[in-house]
Amino acid sequence: MLWLALHFAELPLEVYSRAIRAGVREMSPPLAVSDASRDRVITCNEEAVQRGVKPGMPVAAAAALASDLRLVPRDTAAEEAAIERIAAWAIQFTPAVSIARPAEILLEVEGSLTIFHGLKHLWNALGEGLSALGFSASIACTPTPLAAQWFARAGLAVRLRHIETLRTSLPDLPLEVMQAAPEMLTLLRNVGARTVDDCLRLPRDGLARRLGPRFVDDLDRARGLIPDPRVFFTPPMIFKAAQALPAPAHEAEMLLFAARRLLVELCGFLAARANGVQRLTFTFEHHRRGATKITLSLVAATRDADHLTSVLREKLDRTTLPCPATAIALESELLLPLASRNLSLLPDAGQQEEAAAQLIERLRARLGNTAVLGLSRYADHRPECAWRACEPGSKDTASDAVAGRPLWLLPQPRPLSEIAAAPCYDGRLTLLAGPERIESGWWDGRDVLRDYFVASNPSESLLWIYRERNANARWFLHGFFA
Amino acid sequence: MSALGLSSHESAVPLQGLAHESFAHVNLSARAVRSRLSPTPSPSLDAVLNHPAIWRGTECARVAPGISTGFAELDAHLPGGGWPTGAITEIYAERSGVGELQLTLPAAARLTQAARWLTVVAPLHVPYAPALAAHGVRLERLLLVETRTAEDNVWACEQALRASCCGAVLLWQEHIHERALRRLQLAAESASTSLFLFRSARVAPASPAALRLHVSRAEGRTIVRILKRRGGGLPPPIALDLHGAFARRSRTARQPQILEPLLAALQ
Repeated sequence: MLWLALHFAELPLEVYSRAIRAGVREMSPPLAVSDASRDRVITCNEEAVQRGVKPGMPVAAAAALASDLRLVPRDTAAEEAAIERIAAWAIQFTPAVSIARPAEILLEVEGSLTIFHGLKHLWNALGEGLSALGFSASIACTPTPLAAQWFARAGLAVRLRHIETLRTSLPDLPLEVMQAAPEMLTLLRNVGARTVDDCLRLPRDGLARRLGPRFVDDLDRARGLIPDPRVFFTPPMIFKAAQALPAPAHEAEMLLFAARRLLVELCGFLAARANGVQRLTFTFEHHRRGATKITLSLVAATRDADHLTSVLREKLDRTTLPCPATAIALESELLLPLASRNLSLLPDAGQQEEAAAQLIERLRARLGNTAVLGLSRYADHRPECAWRACEPGSKDTASDAVAGRPLWLLPQPRPLSEIAAAPCYDGRLTLLAGPERIESGWWDGRDVLRDYFVASNPSESLLWIYRERNANARWFLHGFFA
Repeated sequence: MSALGLSSHESAVPLQGLAHESFAHVNLSARAVRSRLSPTPSPSLDAVLNHPAIWRGTECARVAPGISTGFAELDAHLPGGGWPTGAITEIYAERSGVGELQLTLPAAARLTQAARWLTVVAPLHVPYAPALAAHGVRLERLLLVETRTAEDNVWACEQALRASCCGAVLLWQEHIHERALRRLQLAAESASTSLFLFRSARVAPASPAALRLHVSRAEGRTIVRILKRRGGGLPPPIALDLHGAFARRSRTARQPQILEPLLAALQ
């Protein structure tokens, strides 16, 4: 067993600050999180620290120091939801993911080392993924889950593969990592214990009597002397995420940055389930003004965060929000199994299909669904009924080829002027081929009685014209041999 | 001192000869070279002239092979032996109905048969599906994009060019900003996709297109004039028989009034 512990020390701040791009002056305001009663500052971001705000400071003092400070109350529900979503995202690394409340996640990675080419690569992938999500965690790896938690809390990025090395390095940890109750800590300090090692040296029975058997058991669990079973996390069936925006945002770029965080979460969730998403809904909440919904319907299921972001970008460019958004929610509606792609040297047909589906989605996101079409033939003798617009890529069912049809067909036949009973279009027309008699459609009221000719005018344009076979006997232009 | 002078003289002779020879190959016609350099005709002259570094003004530039147009007469005059890939081809049609679209169809049909996509952006009218199929285009590989603004046209084209699935993109647009055209050129280059830009013969400003053609019809044939090609040199107009026998104006072409009694009888 090899356990990776992720400790999210800055979670109260990060559930807000991940929605804004750090480092950009106008986009990242000073931000501080207060406790639920809005009494004291719990934590704040770098911009707030530069203005002199410190954790533990009264809210009024912080507001006096930084006039543009954005103060948000701590949202424990959002923190819990964030931890669960990170756990669902982390299932792509190992199926054995366990949540240790309030803000720790444990991954059992022994079985995943080969797939990820060793612990180092797995560690790096995990770190990069977390920073794409906008969370920072201190990571530690030991053979027992509790010891991993302790090292992560201490901020020591250790990679201990063997229980013996763990047992030699564990005693150096300070007592605080055990997160014992304050009165226990005071008691231990009073007897002169500062590190885990000091506790191990104390007589066990006395320690168990004064601090409870649980404390002694924890020391044994961390060293792997007694088993430490964990409950594994089961991800939900559908993906639902919400992200509060600390600064109400109107510009597409700012919304997109926050939305991308959710999309990365979604794609990790999908990768863990070997699924793709075909329809997803973004809800942009407005302050006291309801919400704007944007639905992305995709041609094919995907779990490519970049592609989803580009589709959303086109949608956002075309949508105007009535007022700034205060929160973004993302919900996936239609999950479909999606096979992962094999690595291949040459582009194969599957990749081409995927590229085509992505192209169609990008075009549709900006131009609308009806602007991007395919064409197919339809078995009908009437020229205007012999084709249909269809979904791009759908199979062409008709098989009989008709020769002598023009490449441009006018949507409405255009009446031709006549000079001495001869049809004219930029001059008098000469008939080159025909007549081809088409007589059909009496059953649906759009019957056709026509004699078609190929004609050419003095400037030698090739036209497809017809003459009605009724009392009027008028000439019409119906197409160009372009 | 003398040794230095001698050695410099010695080394100068072969250099001079080499320069002279290659100069002659480039500038003089084959016959002139033959008569000046050697009394007996050199058997390797053609081989020398075929050297890739030598280019003569009367021939096509040597470029990456293109997609065959399907018309041998046209291929012979195009650098790369066909439509340029990764570049813009501009086709100026004198008017609708001269075979301007049909010119591109053999190549487009072959691309769709090879499972590449053919994207048609903002066509003048809806391309007629039965006619496309009759020309061999696989309709399930056709993507029709209709837009409202010129800006969207260029954007859609660029997206299609950059997607690896497209073999060719056809665009109808009269006026296009030169900067937009350069963007399209770069997009075409990045994915080696061909872009065919159809415009009317009225507009012919300078453009970065690799190939510019003027298409008209005369005497029952489609006349293709090459206005610009890579490597320069303008060949004579090429007459292509695009529409087969039925569209050729012949002496037996019937005038409508002759047909009149016939039609009356049919009714």
